[in-house]
Order: sequence, then structure tokens, then C-alpha cells
Amino acid sequence: MTEVLLRVENLHVSVGDTPIIQGISLEMNRGEIHAIMGRNGAGKSTLANVIMGHPAYQITNGAIHYKGQNIEDMEVFERARAGMFLSFQYPAAIPGVQVGTFLRKSVASVRGEAPSPRAFRQELNEAMKQLDMDKSFLSRYVNDGFSGGEKKRLEILQMLLLQPHLALLDETDSGLDIDALRIVAEGINAVAKDTGCLIITHYQRLLDLVKPDVVHVLIDGKIVESGGPELALKLEKEGYDWVDALA
Amino acid sequence: MTQEAQDAVGDYKYGFHDPESATIRFDKGLSEQVVRDISELKGEPEWMTDIRVKAYHHFMEREMPTWGNCDSLAGIDFDNVTYFLRSSDKTEKDWDDVPDDIKRTFDRLGIPEAEQKWLGGVTAQYESEAVYHSIREDLEEQGVLFLDMDSGLKEHPEIVKKYFGTVVPHTDNKFSALNTAVWSGGSFIYVPKGVHVEMPVQAYFRINAKNMGQFERTLIIADEGSSIHYVEGCTAPTYSTDSLHSAVVELIAMEGAKIRYSTVQNWSANVYNLVTKRGVAHKNATVEWVDGNIGSKLTMKYPAVLLKGEGAHAEVISVAYAGEGQHQDAGAKVHHLAPNTTSNILSKSISKNGGRSSYRGMLQVTPKAAGCRSKVVCDALMLDEDSRSDTYPTMEIGNSTADLEHEASVSKVSGDQLFYLMSRGHTEEEAMGMIVNGFFEPFTRELPMEYAVELNRLLELEMEGSIG
Repeated sequence: MTEVLLRVENLHVSVGDTPIIQGISLEMNRGEIHAIMGRNGAGKSTLANVIMGHPAYQITNGAIHYKGQNIEDMEVFERARAGMFLSFQYPAAIPGVQVGTFLRKSVASVRGEAPSPRAFRQELNEAMKQLDMDKSFLSRYVNDGFSGGEKKRLEILQMLLLQPHLALLDETDSGLDIDALRIVAEGINAVAKDTGCLIITHYQRLLDLVKPDVVHVLIDGKIVESGGPELALKLEKEGYDWVDALA
Repeated sequence: MTQEAQDAVGDYKYGFHDPESATIRFDKGLSEQVVRDISELKGEPEWMTDIRVKAYHHFMEREMPTWGNCDSLAGIDFDNVTYFLRSSDKTEKDWDDVPDDIKRTFDRLGIPEAEQKWLGGVTAQYESEAVYHSIREDLEEQGVLFLDMDSGLKEHPEIVKKYFGTVVPHTDNKFSALNTAVWSGGSFIYVPKGVHVEMPVQAYFRINAKNMGQFERTLIIADEGSSIHYVEGCTAPTYSTDSLHSAVVELIAMEGAKIRYSTVQNWSANVYNLVTKRGVAHKNATVEWVDGNIGSKLTMKYPAVLLKGEGAHAEVISVAYAGEGQHQDAGAKVHHLAPNTTSNILSKSISKNGGRSSYRGMLQVTPKAAGCRSKVVCDALMLDEDSRSDTYPTMEIGNSTADLEHEASVSKVSGDQLFYLMSRGHTEEEAMGMIVNGFFEPFTRELPMEYAVELNRLLELEMEGSIG
């Protein structure tokens, strides 16, 4: 039985007085992968952030439903605890907070109880091995002085540990070399069976490794075209000029 | 605790108080007679009485400091302070012999438990005097002296006479004069040549009575090539009227010795905390102050090191947290008096809910001090718009070969950091707590682990219920 995980209805979003998203609707089932493509400034990151509840964005019209519930009044941490996850394009640094501590506390918050130290260590070891991450990561401060690639790996590590039902991946592929991209893609594929994934990207190369069910093209805050994986390939080959005519 | 008492205490978890159990309580107010009475009661040698009386007269003549927080200082009513209160007739070596109500207090503070687990010795002071004192046998066998200051004077008058007031003379400032006049309790430590005290020793200071003045006096001497880590904790009940804590701490590190002095000051928000702490480091010796100021109404405290011998080193790591109605005026002073001396100063402060934190620092390099190095870093974190942070660094550089670095930063918690942490399931308070603990981490990691955990928990409590 399919379960509608995320339903975005005629969504309008502004920052201050500036409208960014101007009427987006989409529906995603659990286990599906959707890709959102578009040029810089089209509103892709705004969409991911507003779904997660970033306070800088105001919904001026429309609604977001998660698991059948309008989430407008849910706090950011409540969304996280309900199974939503955002992999940040630019994750913030938290100096002085060690990665290991941060992961343990986050897992405890999202699951509602602290895992046993032993079980957690094992889980952590496996996930880090899968992402080819060295244990020395754990004693570093969260994102502090991390390279772009290290930040993205830490995001995916969190996704593996938090086991979200809805994963919003905001340009997770940018700044990754080809080996890192492959590892990150494997991480996404590992959770994608049970999770709805909304992948925001500029490029086809991640979609070669993580196969989307649906591709949406976003221009000026609107979805102008939706289709299957072939749409991403067409964009790769022909660029965005042809979709401008649709806007 | 009654609900009313609980309301008054608020978030401060040590704000409980017990009924007073004074066996001797002096009338409020200060006079030469009070000073003489304290000395006589303690059966002190005449030279100590003389020092006290001299200091008393200096205190009366000396002006209040004209910096720091003058308005707040003007609020101290010296006539409304109890200068001496004895709550137990002697200092016990066994917790079971400490009067029940006092023992209960220290149980609640976790002191006996900490002693068993990780300390080499403990002094517990309640009001004016130590009620409990013990030291591990192996340390005693190595000749380490660890006593409360009153016993130190009784049992080792020659050592006390030689060093008392040599690092912090009574003429240093108004409050060092006051302390010298009416001092009671504190710790006396002597570590013999070459002895390394591996486990920290701790003193815990508790004020219980209203309008109490606590004036402990600590003297630590580490002889050549020895080392010791001394830890100090302090709390008091929350009353609507103020208490006064004015301590003097003198450290003497002989050639090649190392003294680390760690404090987590967590007085309730009605305590004036006006403390003079200074250490002397002789040739190749190290003095380290690890100084945390979380509580109090007004703290004025600038741990200092005199680098007197060639190659001596000073380390001052301090944090200050100023919440509603609090002013933490703290910092560090280092005097490079000899060649090739080095120092590091790291100061971190957080202000919140209208609290005010100031860094006040002094770095002096005398003409004799060739080839010395110093690094000063001050970071301030503001948690809201109503709070205040100031930096008052002073540098007096008399030798052009000095290699000096100074960095300062003021930052705010960013919305991006909060959003990031909240997206991982943390409430805004929890997120703020993590950011604050992270900011203090360079300090916390220097503390014994048990203290670090306690401090992190305290800061998390401070963040609770505070975000509107």
C-alpha cells in the first residue's frame, strides 16, 4: 500500500517582503525519490528549508502536509523527532562540541531515548565504515574547520543514524569528488527503501547513482515540468534554456 | 523546601539553606575589638593579632576601588555583615562526627562521594571555619601538609609567618586588607621538595547564614620540583539580602614546581565575590589558574601571577557567565619580571538576560624581562541584545624583545547554528546549551572530569526556561 508521506499544496513562501516560492504542489510517497532541479536562485533550497521549518521563511499561502498532517505549527525539533531530516548545503559549525557527543545526543533526542552506549558504538562504527570515515572524526568539533566533503559526509552519517522517514538533501553532491560522491550515494540508497527522499541538485551525476522516480524542474519559484529520470538527462544535455519557455 | 523558598531560589539548585547552628556568632559590624576578639578566640600568636589590627586600620582608611562596578560596590553595607560565625566546635576527620545538619548539606553537594572517588584530600568549610578535613595517608607519609588555615597557623607557625602576606600584602587593596583583618578558615598546603601530588585536593566553601561574610585565607607552597592541583568549589543559599565573600589566596611555586588552582565559583546571586588571588613562580616554575565564575551578584577577581624567576610560566584560563542581575568583572594579571618567562591568558565570557561580563586584564613586561612571550585571547559570546560585554586590556611593555599576541572577539549565537541543532531534534534551550558548553569547552577540558560534567549540567540548567 502506498503511503503519501509529503504533500505540498500550492505553496507560497516569502523572505521578508520578497516572494521566493510562488505556488508549488507536489506529492511524494514513502520509498520514492524525487529530484528537484533548477538554476541558482530558483527557490530549491528555500523549499527544503521551509519544509524543515526554518524561521526566516514565511508561508504566505498554501500548506505542507507530512504524514497527513499540516505541519505549519510544528517546531523544527518536533519535525525532526517526527522523522524529518535535512541534509544542509552549508551545515553550521558548532565549535567546542565534539562530533561523537553531538551524534549521541541527536540520536537520543530524535528517538526519544538514549541508546545504550554499546549498541550506539556498534551502530556508529558500522555507519562510519560504510561512509569510509575515520574514527578521528568523532573527537573533532562539529563542522569546525571541515572541508566541504567532510561536512557532507557528516550530514549523511547523521542521516544513517537518525533513520528519517523523509530526507531532504540540499545539494549534498556539491563539493564532492567522484569517490566521495559514490560513497554518499550509497549512503542515500541505503536509507531510500523506507524513506522518501527529496534531492535538490544542479547536476545529473548524483542521479546516475541515486535513481529518481520523479524529476521536477523549478524555475522562479514554480515547478514548470515534472517527469521521469529522462527529464534529468535532457537537462544535462540541453541545459535549462528550453524550460524557460515553459515558465 | 517550601514552595515560597523554591520560588525565591529559582533555577539555582544550591539555593537551599539549613537552620543556622551557631555555637559562636559575633554581632554584626566591624571594629578593632571584633578583629581582636576573632584573634583571641582562635588563640593566635601576637604577631598575627598585630597584622590583623594593622590591616583593619588600613581597611578603614582605604578608598573603595574606583573601577569595576562602583554602584554595585556602594551597595555593600559593611555594618550589616556578620564577620565571624562558628557552627561547629572543631574540625572533624570523620564525616560521621560532623554535626548532622551540616553533614547533610555537604552530602547534598556530593562532597563525601567525590572524596571517595577521586580526591587526595578535602577541606569543607561552613561559614567561618572548616568543619571537616582529611588527607590521604600516603600523602601525609610523604610529608605533604594539607590543613585548614587555622590549624596551619597553630601547627606550623614558622611556615605561615614566613610566607603569610608576602604575595598579597594587606595594603594591596581594600578587600585584601579586610580579609587580612578578619580572615578565618581557608587552606594551608605545603608540598615538600620533589613530591608530586597526583590526585587533586579540594576545598569546598559553603555560606549558609544570612548576611554572612566569609573571609577564607589560603596559602599554598610547592617546594622545589614538586606539584599539586588544588580545586575549590563554593555555593550559598539564595537570600533577599546580600552576603560577602572576600578571600585571599597566595601561591608560591619554588624552582621547578607547578601549582594548578582550579575554581568553579557558583555562589548564589546575592553574594558579593571580591577575591584577591595571586601566585609567585620562581625559576622554571609554573602557576596555573583555571577560574570559572558562574554565580554571584558581583565578582571582581583577577587571578595574577608574578613571574619572578627565569623561565617561569603562567597560565590563566577563565570563564565567566553573567545572567540576569549579575556582573562578572574578571580577568587576569601577569607580570613578567624575569627573562624568558612565558604566559598564556584565555578568557571566555557569556552574557545573557541583561547580564554583564567584563574582561579586565593586565600584562606587564619589565625592562629586565628579555625574551619573554605572552599570548592573550579574549572571546565574548552574547546570547541576546540586552546583555553587555566589555574588554579592558592593559599592557605595560618595558622590554622591546617581548613577543606578544593579543586576540579578542565578540560573537552572537547565530540563527543558523540554532536551526541546525534544532533540525537534529534539539529544543531551542538544548541547542543553546550545546552552543554554550561548546564555547566554554577550552576551559571545561582543563577541569577534572567530574567537575566538567557538573559544570556542563549547570550551564544547561541556566539555559532552561530562558528563551521566549
